[in-house]
This record gives sequence, structure tokens and C-alpha cells, in this order.
Amino acid sequence: MPAVTKKRKKAKVDPPLCVACGCCVKVCPLSAIEIYKGIYAKVHKERCVGCGKCAAECPASVIAIEEEAL
Amino acid sequence: MNKQKHWYDYLWIASLTYLILGFFNILFAWLGLLCFFIPLLISLIKGTKSYCNRYCGRGQLFGIIGGRFGLSRKKDVPRWMKSKGFRYGFLIFFFVMFFVMLWNTYLVFSGAQDLKQAVTLLWTFRLPWQWAYHGTLFHDGVAQFAFGFYSVMLKSTVLGLITMVLFKPRSWCVYCPMGTMTQLICRAKSGKER
Repeated sequence: MPAVTKKRKKAKVDPPLCVACGCCVKVCPLSAIEIYKGIYAKVHKERCVGCGKCAAECPASVIAIEEEAL
Repeated sequence: MNKQKHWYDYLWIASLTYLILGFFNILFAWLGLLCFFIPLLISLIKGTKSYCNRYCGRGQLFGIIGGRFGLSRKKDVPRWMKSKGFRYGFLIFFFVMFFVMLWNTYLVFSGAQDLKQAVTLLWTFRLPWQWAYHGTLFHDGVAQFAFGFYSVMLKSTVLGLITMVLFKPRSWCVYCPMGTMTQLICRAKSGKER
């Protein structure tokens, strides 16, 4: 039987372009994102369900929803 | 869910009130210094951007007008606008304009220049604003600073509104000089270089 690789959608931030405004934090329904030391947004992958709210809200559009293998 | 409203979610009312008060009495412009010192102090003491993240009334105002009222195209900002070159360049430009404003204040204090009861918009258009000045117990320089500072606040709001309409509601946050400055302070404090 072929091995099945499960994939889940997760938010991914581009740290060098993140302005750390915190708009993503406000809209995340699962509190899965935080501003790390005022420098960039950091996603807690274990909590993120990839709903995309943060990506839509981000004023700099530096959050992408990507599929990740589990 | 973290959707519970806090007192700081209503700070957009303070930002709006500030802009309105400037139409009636320019001396209220001095209150705008809070928007300069609070974010700087938070980043210097705590090493966080809590001001941007929670307390920025201007960001909330753009979020409401552009988001809830739908006055934003909700398009991505151009790549150059989020580049370090533009953000740092805008910060430097903002600093230069700020020091020009301080210099004009100094000239009035020293008596070398008369008080100009006007507000400049987008660094070019000079709007008469004499209705908002009713004299002061202090030196004319106090009023000159208020006119200059209110100009800074008004022109940055207008710029923020333009990018709010063209791009995402809080596009201003991408190149906000205070945001860039506090992020630099936080980065320096954490000792992390990227």
C-alpha cells in the first residue's frame, strides 16, 4: 500500500518584510500568531488551522497560506 | 477565541477627537506628542511594539473606515512600499520635516519670524487655519509648534487615508515612521540582526 502523506494548510510569514503591526494577531480566532519581540509575526504551527484571516488582513501582504506535510 | 473587546479597542475615538479638536483650537495639537512618546517609551522600556499592536488609534481608525465601512480596495501594497529602502527613506524624510517644523518654532520663539497661522498639507499646500487660534497666554512659539505639529498629524492622516483607499485599510502601518522606528528599537534591543 503506498504511503499517504497528509498535508495541512498553515500560515507562513516572511519575517524580513513583516512590519510587526499586529493586525494578524487581532484577527486570528485561535491566537496562533504573536509578535515576536516587536520584530516580526511568529506563527504557532500547532495551533494554526490555515484559515487565512491573517493573510487577508496583513497590510503588507507578507503572510501566505501554504500546505505543509504532517 | 480572543474577540473580547478591551478599552484600548476604542482608542480610534481619541484619534478622531484629536483631529476634530485641531479645527477648533490648534493648541490641542500638543496632545499629539503622546503618539510620539508613548510608542517610543514602550519600545525602549519593554522592547515590544505594543503601541502598534494594541493602542494605535490611527491604525484602528483606518481599519474601521477601510474595513467596516468598505472604503478600501483591499489590494496588496506594491512591493517597493514594504521595502526597507522606502520605509527607512520615509522615516528620514519624516525626521527632516519634523526638524524643519522645530526650526520654524525656534525662529518664532527667537523673534526672527512671525507666527504663521496656517497648516501645510502634504508638504505643499498651505491652508489658512486662523479660525483655530484664539491667542495664548504663552509665547507665540507655543502656537507655532501646535500649527506645525498639527500639520504633521494631518498630512500623515491624509496620506494614510489615500493608501487606505488604494490598498489595504491599514497600509499606513507598512510605512508609518513611528512603526519603523519602534521596530528598529525592538530589533536593536533584542540584539537580533537580519
